[in-house]
Amino acid sequence: MATTLAPVLTAHWDADRSWTLETYEAGGGYRGLRRALNMQAPDVVTMVKDSGLRGRGGAGFPTGMKWGFLPAPDGGPRYLVVNADESEPGTCKDIPLMMASPQHLIEGVIITSYAIGCHHAFIYVRGEVLHVYRRLLRAVEEARAAGYVGSDILGSGYDLEITVHAGAGAYICGEETALLDSLEGLRGQPRLKPPFPAVAGLYARPTVVNNVESIASVPGIVVGGADWFKQMGTERSTGHGLFSLSGHVTNPGQYEAPLGITLRELLEMAGGMRGGRALKFWTPGGSSTPIFTAEHLDVPLDYESVGAAGSMLGTRALQIFDETTSVVRAVTRWTEFYKHESCGKCTPCREGTFWLAQVLQRIERGQGTSADIDLLLDLCDNILGRAFCALGDGATSPITSAVQYFREEFEAGCHTPADVLFPPERSALFDYRPRSGAQLAGAH
Amino acid sequence: MSVEAGRTPGQTHRTAYDEQTHARLAADAAQIIARYPQERSALLPMLHLVQSEDGYVSPRGIAFCAATLGISTAEVSAVATFYTQYKRHPNGEYTVGVCTNTLCAIMGGDAIWEHLSDELGIGHDETTDDGAITLERIECNAACDYAPVVMVNWEFFDNQTPESADELVGKLRAGEPVAPTRGADSVCSFKQMSRVLAGFPDGRADEGVGAGGPTVRGTVLARENGWEAPAFPGDEPAEEPVETKTASSSAAASGATATPKAGDEQSSAERPAATAADSSAAQQENKQASDEAKES
Repeated sequence: MATTLAPVLTAHWDADRSWTLETYEAGGGYRGLRRALNMQAPDVVTMVKDSGLRGRGGAGFPTGMKWGFLPAPDGGPRYLVVNADESEPGTCKDIPLMMASPQHLIEGVIITSYAIGCHHAFIYVRGEVLHVYRRLLRAVEEARAAGYVGSDILGSGYDLEITVHAGAGAYICGEETALLDSLEGLRGQPRLKPPFPAVAGLYARPTVVNNVESIASVPGIVVGGADWFKQMGTERSTGHGLFSLSGHVTNPGQYEAPLGITLRELLEMAGGMRGGRALKFWTPGGSSTPIFTAEHLDVPLDYESVGAAGSMLGTRALQIFDETTSVVRAVTRWTEFYKHESCGKCTPCREGTFWLAQVLQRIERGQGTSADIDLLLDLCDNILGRAFCALGDGATSPITSAVQYFREEFEAGCHTPADVLFPPERSALFDYRPRSGAQLAGAH
Repeated sequence: MSVEAGRTPGQTHRTAYDEQTHARLAADAAQIIARYPQERSALLPMLHLVQSEDGYVSPRGIAFCAATLGISTAEVSAVATFYTQYKRHPNGEYTVGVCTNTLCAIMGGDAIWEHLSDELGIGHDETTDDGAITLERIECNAACDYAPVVMVNWEFFDNQTPESADELVGKLRAGEPVAPTRGADSVCSFKQMSRVLAGFPDGRADEGVGAGGPTVRGTVLARENGWEAPAFPGDEPAEEPVETKTASSSAAASGATATPKAGDEQSSAERPAATAADSSAAQQENKQASDEAKES
C-alpha cells in the first residue's frame, strides 16, 4: 500500500478520558503554545503560511494567507471565530474531534489568536450536539485553570478570552459571513462580500474565521515546523487530514491520512465495500461536491486532483453508496435538504431549491416527464454562480453530476418509481418492509 | 390575531414572568450578555434560556429578550423563527430526532422514521399527548459513520434500528432513564438541555466516552500496523522560558525567509469578490459570464 495513515490529531483519541487537559498534556499537548509564545506573532503567521496548510472546512483557502489579510493593527479589537458549525451532509470530523480531544482545538485557538493579535476568540458550535458543547465549555475552564486562557498567559503578558457559543440549528451558519451575523444575534444570512471578514467581520472589526480542523492543526505545525507538515501530503495540498468514511463500507469511521491518499487505499483500510457489493457513487467532500463513481477510485484526494477530476475535496466526507442505492433517491433527499436550509435571502436559491425539489420528487415517484431532466439542468444553470453564497452552488452539484453519470436513472423516473428500481430495504443495514414502496408501486 | 391560526387549538400563553422568575432570568441574562463585546450577541443563548424556562420560545420569553436587549419583539421573533431548535409551541420532554438526510435515510433512517411515526401516531414536529416526545425529522448531525442516527435531546444514539428506536421511545414515555451511545450518562430533559445550550454547564462534561468505535477506527488501525505521522524534528520538551521574546529561531529553522508584519498583505477589500475561498471555479466562470452579460 502506497499511502498509510498519519495520526496527528487522532493519535490519542482512544486514550482513557481523552478529552481532559491531563490526557492532552500527557500526549504532548500545549508544547505548541509554549513555543509560539516564545516567537514573534508575525513569525507564527509566517510559519503557518510556509506549512501550506489550507482551510479544512471545504474551500481549501490557505490558512496563513487568510491570517495575513488582516489589516495592520489600529489599536481596536480583532477577532478569531472558529467555525464549528459542522453540518455539511456526510461531514463528521470536527464533532468527534471536539468530543474526543477538545484541547487540540483550544490550543490552536490560543496560538492563532496570539498570532493575529486577537484577545477575544469565539467558537461557534452547532447547537445540536449537546455533549460536544459541554466538553468545549469544560475544556475552556480547564485551560483557564491551567493558565492557558485569561490574562498574562504563561507569564507572556498576552491576554485571551474564549467564548464558546451554541448555535440553534441552521446549516447556513456554516457560511462564514452568515455565521458572523448569527454570532451577532441576527438571522444567519450571508453578507455581501467585499468587505471580507478580514477587513470587516465580527462587529465590523478585522476577523479571521477558520474551521475547527484547520485551527486544531496549528499546534502541530508550531511544534514540528512547516517542513514537518510538508512531509505529508502533496506539493500543493500539504499535511494530514481527516477522511470520514460512511455508508456502505465495512468499517466506517475516521481515517487521518496525508492528503493525496485515494479512496481505493482508504476502502482497503476500511475493510472494503459492505458484503463485497460494487461501489456505485460517492461524494469526495460532502453533498455539495459533485459525486464520483468507481472510475474515480484512484483519484488522489488532494485539492488539485479532485478538482481536475471534476469535483472538490471539500470536507473529505466520503459518503459511499453501493449498487443497491438509487441515485435519484439520494439526490432528491439532498435537494430537500438544501431547500430546507436555504436562508431565503436570494431568489435563485430560495425559489430554485423549491423548484428543484418538486421536479426531483416526481422523478423519484416515477412520474417525471421527458422535459424534466432538461428542466433540472436549466434550473441548476440558473442557480450556479447566481446565488448569493455557496449554498445555492452546492445544491446544484449533486444534481448535475448525478445526471452526468446516471442519466438513464433519471430517464427511468419518467415511468418507474425509484423504489421499484432500487428497493430501499436492500440499501438499509437491517431487514424491513418499507411502507412507501407498497403505496407507490401501483400509483402510476 | 392571525398568527394564532397555525398554533395548537386552545393553547394559551402567559403574558409575563412573576417577579421571582423574572429576577432569576434577568441575572442569567446578565451573565450571558457579559460573555460578548456587544449585547445583541446574547440573543441566541437567551432564546435557549427562555426555552429552559418555558419549554419553547414563548411570547413572554420574546418580550423578555426584547426588553433586556433593547430591541423590538419583532426583531426577536425574526431570529427565533429562523433557527430550527427554537420551538414555537411547547415542546415535549424529549425531542426525538431521526436523521433522514440522504446517508442515514438510505442506511435505514427512513425505516426508523416510518416506524416511530406509526408507533407514536405523530408526524414531524408533533408531540405525543402525554407530552413526552416531540418527533422530528432532522438533518445531518455529523455522525454519518454511525448511521443510522437518532438524537434524543441532541445526544447521540448511534447505529439504530426500528427495534432499538422503539425500545428507546418506550423507555422515554415510561419515564425511565436512557443513556446515549456517546454523551452523558443519561439524557436530560429538554429544559435542562436548553439551559446548557444557553451556556450554563451542568457539570456532566466528564461523563460518557471520548469516542465510539468508528471515531477511533483509524487510530487503532494505524497503531496495529505501526503507521505513524513523521516525528517532530528534534523532539524534545519545549521548556524554554517564555519571558525571553527574541525573534524566533523556530521560524528561521523551519525555512522562513521573511518576517512580514501581519498587515503587510494588504486589505482583502482589494480582492475580487469571488476567490477560490468563496466560490467554486465553476461559479467564478459563471459569475464572470453573468457580469459580462450585464455589461453588454
